[in-house]
Amino acid sequence: MKTEDLIAALAADNDTKQAPMSRTFGFDLGLGFCVSALFFFSFLGLRPTFFASLDEPRFLFKFLFSATMAASGLVLAWRLSRPDGAPGLARRAVFLAPVLVAVASLIEMAVVPSDQWAARMIGHNAVHCLTLIPLMSLAPMAGLFLALRHGAPSDPHRAGAAAAMASAGLAALLYAANCPDDSPFFVAVWYMIASSIVVALGWFAGGRLLRW
Amino acid sequence: MRAALAGDGAAYRRLLADLVPFLRRICLNSCARAGLSASDAEDAVQETLLAIHLKRHTWDQDQPLKPWLAAIARNKMIDAARRRGRRAETDIADFEDVLAAPAEAENFERELDRQGALRLLDQLSARQREAIEAVSIRGESLRDAANNLGVSEGALRVSVHRGLKALAELYRKLNA
Repeated sequence: MKTEDLIAALAADNDTKQAPMSRTFGFDLGLGFCVSALFFFSFLGLRPTFFASLDEPRFLFKFLFSATMAASGLVLAWRLSRPDGAPGLARRAVFLAPVLVAVASLIEMAVVPSDQWAARMIGHNAVHCLTLIPLMSLAPMAGLFLALRHGAPSDPHRAGAAAAMASAGLAALLYAANCPDDSPFFVAVWYMIASSIVVALGWFAGGRLLRW
Repeated sequence: MRAALAGDGAAYRRLLADLVPFLRRICLNSCARAGLSASDAEDAVQETLLAIHLKRHTWDQDQPLKPWLAAIARNKMIDAARRRGRRAETDIADFEDVLAAPAEAENFERELDRQGALRLLDQLSARQREAIEAVSIRGESLRDAANNLGVSEGALRVSVHRGLKALAELYRKLNA
């Protein structure tokens, strides 16, 4: 096919409109998160002490941590979704949530006697944390991957990892409402490991699925 | 591009035609660096045009157009180089006698290329191929082509769009 012929075909196809990126992002991610939320409220639910715990800083910190991770992942995924997208200074957002939990852990070290550190870190059910966060991140991740496929990321690995980070943050946000362990030590170890698994998965999946 | 995105087909066609020299320059340059031939560059130009078209909604209209275009071209050039690298590794022996005669080699390459493009078109479904050939190679308007093929204009438009997406998909499979 000659290049002029191709141009004629492309011009003939100009009337076929694609949805704007923002709409696809919002819709696909929203749908994915709803699936996970539905799963959460059907099988896990809020922990019995949820409302009683709403004034405990440790409990609230888990949500701050998760929301920060979700937001920074989302900003990065959005920036990386276009061919000319560069994260710029936003790339530092990757470190926001880890820094938060590191600072919180230092404070915890200052206020809790050291003989309780190990018990707080190991918590009650680390296995739950390690399975449920990755599990609940799958649906939002699928949504974000669809949105990124609609876009055109120049660096599919990084875009996939950013999408995974956003999804892990959203999954952690849900899981935190059920998880009985509130210590920043627990978050620093188990939430971080669970999220890292998801991010690694997103990195590899991105390389395979986000090429265009 | 703004006019094109707003639905002005003639402006879009003019823009794409104006882009070709710019893209050709980028593609020829990087092809020369990677040791690829001019016909590889033309392949890359076409692949880039296809990507520009299918991903035109990813251009943020508040941003300058050029970096966006260059980013797409760069992406496609990397694909082309990768593809060529693999082909060269496997097929170099078959080309040895051709490489000895440059003029012949060029003809041969051109022939290969023509076959390549036709083969890609052949892999589309009959309906998509007919639709694309009608509006591109025969240069008919959507309405005339639809009349000649005996389908509705809307159906033809869908066939053209699906055909173009399928072409991009075929290019991507070449890279996989």
